[in-house]
Amino acid sequence: MTAPPADAVTPARTAALAVRDLHVDFDGPEGPVPAVRGVDLTLNPGEVLGLVGESGSGKSTVALAAMGLLPRTARVRGSVLAGGTELLGAGEKALSRLRGSRVAMVFQDPLSALTPVHRIGDQIAEAVRVHQDVTREQARRRAVELLDLVGIPDPARRARAYPHEFSGGMRQRAVIAMAVANDPDVILADEPTTALDVTVQAQILDVLRTARRETGAALLLVSHDLGVIAGMADRVAVMYAGRVVESAPVDALFAAPRMPYTIGLLGAVPRPDTGGRPLTPVPGSPPDLRKLSGGCPFAPRCPLADDACGDEPALTGTGDDHDHLAACVKTPGPGLYPVPEIPPATAGAEAPRSERPAVLRVQGLAKTFPVFKGTAFRRRVGSVYAVDGIDLDIRRGETLGLVGESGSGKSTALMEILRLAAPEAGEVEILGRSAAGLTKRQAHALRGSVQIVFQDPMASLDPRMPVGEIVAEPLRAQGHGRADAAGRIPRLLELVGLEAAHADRFPHEFSGGQRQRIGIARALAVEPELLVLDEPVSALDVSVQAGVLNLLQRLKRELGLAYLFVSHDLAVVRHIADRVSVMYLGRTVESGPVEEVFARPRHPYTQALLSAVPVPDPSRERARERILLAGDPPSPAVRDEGCRFRGRCPLYAALGDAERSRCEGVRPAPRSLGGDQVAACHFAAG
Amino acid sequence: MSPTVLAYLTKRLGYYALLLAVAVFLSYVLSSLALSPRGYFEGRQPPPPAASVEAQLTELGINDHTPLMERFGTWVSHAVRGDFGRTIDSSSVGEEFGRRIGVSLRLLFAGTLLGTVAGILAGAWGALRQYRFSDRAVTVFAFLLLSTPTFLLAVLLKLGAMKVNQAAGTELISFTGEKTPGLSGSAGTLLGDRAAHLLLPTLSIALGTAAAYSRYQRGTMLDVLGSDFLRTARAKGLTHRRAVLTHGLRTALVPMSTFFAYGFLALFTGAAFTEKIFGWHGMGSWFIDAIGKSDVNSVVAVNVFAAVMVLLSGFLADVLHAALDPRVRTS
Amino acid sequence: MTTTATVPTADPAASAPPAARGRGRVALRRFAANRNALTGAVVLLLLFLLAFAGPYLTPWSHTDIDYSALREAPSADHWWGTNRIGQDVYAQVLHGLQKSLLIGLLTALTATVLASVVGACAGYFGGWTDRIMTFFIDLLLVFPAFLIIAIVSPRLRERGWIVFVGLLAVFGWMITARVVRSMTRSLKEREFVRAAQLMGVHPLRIIARHILPNVSSFLIVDATIAVGGAVMSETGLSYFGFGVQPPDVSLGTLIADGSDAALTYPWMFFFAAGLLVVFVLAVNFLGDGLRDALDPTSGHHRTRRRPRRKGTTHDRAAR
Repeated sequence: MTAPPADAVTPARTAALAVRDLHVDFDGPEGPVPAVRGVDLTLNPGEVLGLVGESGSGKSTVALAAMGLLPRTARVRGSVLAGGTELLGAGEKALSRLRGSRVAMVFQDPLSALTPVHRIGDQIAEAVRVHQDVTREQARRRAVELLDLVGIPDPARRARAYPHEFSGGMRQRAVIAMAVANDPDVILADEPTTALDVTVQAQILDVLRTARRETGAALLLVSHDLGVIAGMADRVAVMYAGRVVESAPVDALFAAPRMPYTIGLLGAVPRPDTGGRPLTPVPGSPPDLRKLSGGCPFAPRCPLADDACGDEPALTGTGDDHDHLAACVKTPGPGLYPVPEIPPATAGAEAPRSERPAVLRVQGLAKTFPVFKGTAFRRRVGSVYAVDGIDLDIRRGETLGLVGESGSGKSTALMEILRLAAPEAGEVEILGRSAAGLTKRQAHALRGSVQIVFQDPMASLDPRMPVGEIVAEPLRAQGHGRADAAGRIPRLLELVGLEAAHADRFPHEFSGGQRQRIGIARALAVEPELLVLDEPVSALDVSVQAGVLNLLQRLKRELGLAYLFVSHDLAVVRHIADRVSVMYLGRTVESGPVEEVFARPRHPYTQALLSAVPVPDPSRERARERILLAGDPPSPAVRDEGCRFRGRCPLYAALGDAERSRCEGVRPAPRSLGGDQVAACHFAAG
Repeated sequence: MSPTVLAYLTKRLGYYALLLAVAVFLSYVLSSLALSPRGYFEGRQPPPPAASVEAQLTELGINDHTPLMERFGTWVSHAVRGDFGRTIDSSSVGEEFGRRIGVSLRLLFAGTLLGTVAGILAGAWGALRQYRFSDRAVTVFAFLLLSTPTFLLAVLLKLGAMKVNQAAGTELISFTGEKTPGLSGSAGTLLGDRAAHLLLPTLSIALGTAAAYSRYQRGTMLDVLGSDFLRTARAKGLTHRRAVLTHGLRTALVPMSTFFAYGFLALFTGAAFTEKIFGWHGMGSWFIDAIGKSDVNSVVAVNVFAAVMVLLSGFLADVLHAALDPRVRTS
Repeated sequence: MTTTATVPTADPAASAPPAARGRGRVALRRFAANRNALTGAVVLLLLFLLAFAGPYLTPWSHTDIDYSALREAPSADHWWGTNRIGQDVYAQVLHGLQKSLLIGLLTALTATVLASVVGACAGYFGGWTDRIMTFFIDLLLVFPAFLIIAIVSPRLRERGWIVFVGLLAVFGWMITARVVRSMTRSLKEREFVRAAQLMGVHPLRIIARHILPNVSSFLIVDATIAVGGAVMSETGLSYFGFGVQPPDVSLGTLIADGSDAALTYPWMFFFAAGLLVVFVLAVNFLGDGLRDALDPTSGHHRTRRRPRRKGTTHDRAAR
């Protein structure tokens, strides 16, 4: 035993779930690889325990180990008690009696969590019948009730649907329905909303609250999202390198974190409610668990680390505070992490906005995709109106945040803009030149002025090319000689915080943050004026993300770049953008300066979107009024004469018949609502 | 069946018809150019008079003095009415076909069925016991069978049977033809005789089929075993075994539908060897003999049959896929 | 942020730069750990040695006839015996093995090159290019390959075995091309290809620099297994007299000649048959091992596929 039970308040026997000294190793080609290294957790009946950590911290492994659902390559030691029953080492038969009935689980990826070949209702009914002695018919009826409970409209009909006919959010509801089918004492939710859009995330979190209310179950909520944790958890445990490094009631943890890692995490996460605050990235990246030295695993990244950190610290409280435990021998003060310096803007970008030249102007852009049936003789059966009227305006030295959920057409819009050809409808003007009139040669030359950075740094770098060649590729495509291109590589790599010597390595030798820096270096190689950033940090951990965001801000100021920053993460947009443009189902619904839009959203969709974003601040989260949108966005394959949002619009629901007919029949035009702010809504308040 | 599925299937059939038409045309042209029925007739002993050869060739519609396109036109105009002409020995191709197809089917049916079922079971079992001794043994055995060409397997089986018969001093295992010629007796005796003749061909087909399917099934099964939905099923409280049976096996069979369909086709080519070696007079041996006799009409007929089989397999794969996978049905 | 339930080190992002020195080494280590594959590689090497160096060890060539030794059992003079007209079986089998190996290698190489070019172009360019190439692929699949080769090859007898290689290759690339096509289509959606497109890199250059290197693992594995397949087809056709023609010999013709006398004069049959099976088996083991080593998405080395976070992928799925 290395540490005393993390929270010895409740004895393990009466806890809903008690994890004691849990170790998990995975068999690797070179011996066992530790993933969890001595974790103690106590989940009291009815409470919500948030388990926070970045990728590789072992948080999901803890949840899966508790259920006995780890793959066969896992070696698990320690103890997991569920209501006094030991789960570790129990046989598959005994475990399967507990799984689903006493302890239930909700998984991260709803798209793959359901068996594709069985009906949703049958899969839920199966969960009922495994543990309860009921007839097939009774189980089926119960499944419909459960679907109703988790908020699926028309449950009797939807129960007969197959998983692929459900949206991601609806599938997650179905999985939750399965989890609560047998009234469990404990629900383990492993990143239940990570794969979902923010408005759907708000719905699912609400369903989880309902599920808890109905069953009285305790909830272990595993998440990387500090905002989600702040809004849901009673207590929080922070994991790092396979151990719990801090554990405290939610308010104490967010208000007065004690472990430098937690402090770093909170300083690195952008918040949707306060902009402009510089983010303080945590230097370095998480350790390789195979190569731990035996000291504090955070020491290599910790500004306070000294000789005293040579032994791995135990999780302890201070004085008589037994609720707030931290694994750190130091007492961190304020200003632990240095605040990065963002250089002032270069001359030219300082001029008033209206005097600066437009880098990108988009007016009424539209793009439809044909829908085909059949594979051999394909026949067009309809159209998807993926982009159906988008307006954008970016001036020199400015960042425009383009915000929208899945299916809003953000990426399609990007591709249409970057195609540098005449759009299907509307106008695209880059650096003052209309894309419609470009010759092939002109378009090719213009490609040098507009570059893109993609979401997934692994996918956007060819795994078979050394970094030097990757960065040189746009130069070569623009006709630079091999030697000339090679000569520029070292400076480019240094510009983004890498070393010139890295040019010979391959992408897989770098961490996620470094890879994204390579992507940025490649984009900068041809000295563009506009950088299109397609979800550039959404694949990165918070502590790494902050570093990349700071880099982008620095580059913008130093090089006078303009950014089109596409993101689903409103907190990030709030942090980095000067202006914001909100999309819904292919149309721009609101745009304006970022402070104004975030402070006073005018369009009902923007209002709902902003209210759905979790804030990493428990007291604020609890006090917030949420606008929960009903359902999912409708199909973009339906051409709508009126407002595309009205089906989910809370404002529309409150309107009279005459006014409603306007929403149904007349497409709302962008309307200026004071200053620079524009919203496409007939009834938005001025 | 929903209208969308029906429409989809109709479209598929249209495409197939186009493919078939082009394939048949090319087969006819190739066969006519490559084979020389004139040479076959002229090589007879005693050499027939030139006029008679000419007349016979014209009669059969394979006279190389008639322009190729004209010959093809005549052939098509008969073929669409179901008349595939006459063999070089002047019997009806259609009748020959009817006789041969029955022989081939009797030869293939038991072996295919047995091989498919055994292969799927062995594959699923191997996947569940991945890396244990039994899995390794099945794997090595399957590889050994896959590395033995069909004709060699058939020859080896035949040699084995000969050894057994030698040792027993009597013909325990028969390996020539479909039945013992001239054998009379009760229905039971005759049936037993047929079964004895079927043993080796069935085995040679079943072994190869089973080996191939066991590899495919093991692969799809391993994919499914690591899937999230299987984990969900276990999280509901299903034991590993039950989760695999109710959720895994069904899903793992979906990608197999393609293999079922095309396996059918591969068999037909394999059957040519099997038929020839075990002396069955089915489609395969007909084809090989027809080439030897430059029998253009027979060769083309077998080609058409084979092409139809391929297309049918593809069609069958689609239907099976749609039946097994709800995702295909709606999209 | 993604989470994973499997081995954390499977994520290369977690390991420090010096940890891995190229995927080549990883592949090599995985390959070396696979005993079947290693055995296969060694056996193949030995077979090649035997086929190309072996004939120099005996004074007999495959056409020599020793009238003093008909149907003779293996002896010091004729190591693997003689056949019914007094030819040395060792020399004949080795010559046949040589021919079969050459035919197999050339066929697999030609077919793979054809498949990768057609598949990559069809998948990358899409539209009418794709439709025409797909029709062509389907057409060749509808053609009963075995039958067509059987019809045509006797006609091309005089041109020698190289024509036979061409025929086998022409009917042996379609399935591979289909796979390459679908791999290309998904690669085309990958961001690094998109990035290259948006930089203005020429399509053919994208195919050569990004698409083909990324399907190379599959192609290597497929070509390996295709060697086995080609040898099986060759021997099968030759067995019936549709392949290699006398006086040339291949394993197929040797097996055909020896099978009738297999019980009385086993050496005429079993050396050729045994070498054939051993060769194909070795190729299959090697291919299987290469697949595990090179292709991280196949078989048991796979790690759980991580769901991407929301954003671009869903937008594209809307198409």
